[in-house]
Amino acid sequence: MSINNSKSKMPDPSVLKEEILKKYPGKIAKKRSKGFLVNDPTTVPEIQANVRTIPGIITQRGCTYAGCKGVVLGPTRDVVNIVHGPIGCSFYAWLTRRNQTSPPTENDPNFIPYALSTDMQDENIVFGGEAKLKTAIQEAFDEFNPRSIAIFSTCPVGLIGDDVHAVAREMKEKLGINIFGFSCEGYRGVSQSAGHHIANNKIFSNVIGIDDVTEPKGKFKMNMLGEYNIGGDAFVLENYFEEMGIDLVASFSGNSTIESYEYSHKVDLNIVMCHRSINYIAEMMEKKYGIPWFKVNFIGAKATAKSLLKMAEYYEDAAMIKATKALIDREMAKVQAVIDEVRPKLEGKTAMMFVGGSRAHHYQELFTELGMETIAAGYEFAHRDDYEGRKVIPSIKIDADTRNIEDLKVEKEEASFRSELQDKKAKLEGAKFDFEDYEGMMPEMKKGALVIDDISHWESEKLIEKYRPDIFCAGIKEKYVVQKHGIPLKQLHSYDYGGPYAGFEGAINFYREMERMLTTDIWKMIDAPWKNEPEMVGSMVME
Amino acid sequence: MRKIAIYGKGGIGKSTTTQNTVAGLVEMGKNIFVVGCDPKADSTRLLLGGLVQKTVLDTLREEGEDVELDDVVKPGYGGVRCVESGGPEPGVGCAGRGIITSINLLEQLGAWDEEYKTDYTFYDVLGDVVCGGFAMPIRDGKAEEIYIVVSGEMMAMYAANNICKGIQKYAQSGTVRLGGLICNSRKVDNEKEMIEELAKQLGTKMIHFVPRDNMVQQAEIHRKTVIEFAPEHAQAGEYRTLAQSIDANDNFVIPTPLEIEDLEKLLIDFGIAN
Repeated sequence: MSINNSKSKMPDPSVLKEEILKKYPGKIAKKRSKGFLVNDPTTVPEIQANVRTIPGIITQRGCTYAGCKGVVLGPTRDVVNIVHGPIGCSFYAWLTRRNQTSPPTENDPNFIPYALSTDMQDENIVFGGEAKLKTAIQEAFDEFNPRSIAIFSTCPVGLIGDDVHAVAREMKEKLGINIFGFSCEGYRGVSQSAGHHIANNKIFSNVIGIDDVTEPKGKFKMNMLGEYNIGGDAFVLENYFEEMGIDLVASFSGNSTIESYEYSHKVDLNIVMCHRSINYIAEMMEKKYGIPWFKVNFIGAKATAKSLLKMAEYYEDAAMIKATKALIDREMAKVQAVIDEVRPKLEGKTAMMFVGGSRAHHYQELFTELGMETIAAGYEFAHRDDYEGRKVIPSIKIDADTRNIEDLKVEKEEASFRSELQDKKAKLEGAKFDFEDYEGMMPEMKKGALVIDDISHWESEKLIEKYRPDIFCAGIKEKYVVQKHGIPLKQLHSYDYGGPYAGFEGAINFYREMERMLTTDIWKMIDAPWKNEPEMVGSMVME
Repeated sequence: MRKIAIYGKGGIGKSTTTQNTVAGLVEMGKNIFVVGCDPKADSTRLLLGGLVQKTVLDTLREEGEDVELDDVVKPGYGGVRCVESGGPEPGVGCAGRGIITSINLLEQLGAWDEEYKTDYTFYDVLGDVVCGGFAMPIRDGKAEEIYIVVSGEMMAMYAANNICKGIQKYAQSGTVRLGGLICNSRKVDNEKEMIEELAKQLGTKMIHFVPRDNMVQQAEIHRKTVIEFAPEHAQAGEYRTLAQSIDANDNFVIPTPLEIEDLEKLLIDFGIAN
């Protein structure tokens, strides 16, 4: 059923689109129009994504450095992350994503609470900052004795031409530990997505597979990719894997160690949670080592059940399948009890989501389970495949901004290539079992829903005004603007101090959170009492 | 006070011309402040008699915040106050940022205070306008008159035209104007006429034609300006004339840079192609 032809008071999305875009100058309206679509899940129109933001429209996007440091390597606890640049870039990327981690003992390294920066000054800009970087690496080594050190380049580093890779090589030689640098200057890509790609490349070329000696324990070995343990999501999932009998070798990168990345090529399966930020590693590992991967989603109870069962079926182990089904039955009963209680209060309510490169898709599952409808959604930094599905990858135009990021040439490594896993993949694929799969967000959204890439403040404010959604999901930059309109905002980057929201337990937490946020009257009281009625009445008196 | 910046293609003779002109102005009784804006720090060598002076940026690096004006300003020929901004070694860091830092520091230290009764400030700037930092002297009214040293060689003229684009950009929002072209002869055919025509098309004039003379090299070897080394020599007279022309100049314009085709046509018309 289309959302604009029923009794609901929803505006006609095509008319609304025209009205919103009319405000822009002609050329900008034309460009925005390609990233602002009325969805049709059957035909899935082509969307414009991963192109430069128009200056001045107030974007939600972050920078390449944020994507590389903050997202991908930030949550890994045994690597010392040094930011080469002025202090702000380091300070404002310090623990802001709420990635949690749990070292097995107090003696295990955990550098996540630290923010290390070279604190570049004017002098380092003028005379170059390489000497200061070397000193910083030496100091970090002396102080923490880490297994590995990573260097992140901020904007000025690229401008003045400091060679962080040469410094990394020199210090690696000198100190005898793994040291590598990222050319992830903030301006390098159209969004943080470029930083994810740069991080993926370097971890693949400088970390994954460098330990060929350690044999990870367990019968059913797996890596989880693109799960960042925000609010403790990964902890919930780790419990499920343990109960199923799966040995999680490495997690990229929530609750993870760089040590585990080094032998992470010795698994039987990679599962991919956030497709946008990490699909590169999944693909490169399959090409080099023959490890199959498929997409999973642990946001939403049904999606979790489906993903867990698919994993068990992949291993083709009767005991595991049995244990998984038992787990699902047990947990779904708890979930259902809460849905039965909460759903009547929330059914029919509407949500909008503009966040991330996969969250705006995944979280729709939770709303669907509550009987709520996502009437508009979009990503900050996704590419066309995250909207339309991986089938469009061959038709994505490679522009200059994409070419600016290295595309690693990966070849099959004969000695460690797992051809038996590729045989297994071929066999399962015949039985309607998908690998390297991601259908994208648009096929799962309703006809007539709006799909908007890199939404601007003007656009989101107009959507709020016209649709008055019951909840808006985005990040901290949008939170208070939206709430001033009398609409609650749930942060899906940091979870607003809440979580976990993954798995069955997480789903229950989210239902309860929505119940709390959507059944309060507080948002109707957003206007100050004196806005509509004066508190005091006075008149002028002649003396 | 008149604030002058000298630009031009690398190796064209900016520093030599600047210092000889300054020597000419000194003879006229002027108080002069020379700010070298080249990381090589060789803009004041002839005025200081070869004295290797500590640059602003080196001093800043070694002394930290605790820098005095006397640490960086050295008196040279005829009392000219000389400063070298300095900068990183080739291939490292950002020399442009260095010039910005250096000029800001000089201002903070009061290098232009009333007590110095400065008549002229000269900025001697590296090569072409390569980035924002090197344009510093023509931004924010730091220099208000620009003289471009040029010769009849194509690349020198090309550079002069490019510098005019920089001036044009900053002239829209500030006080900077082009004062004229100084032709430092390379003995190219029809050089004087060609540079006069280039000046005309740029909307300015050739302020002086400095003939080529070996005496300049001899004076340089002795770490002196021609005016100091051989005051009676004809070449010293040329620099005195240049100094007088600058002192008397009141023709300040926003230049009109040429299209590359027009520039090439100029070269052909004046017989370089023959």
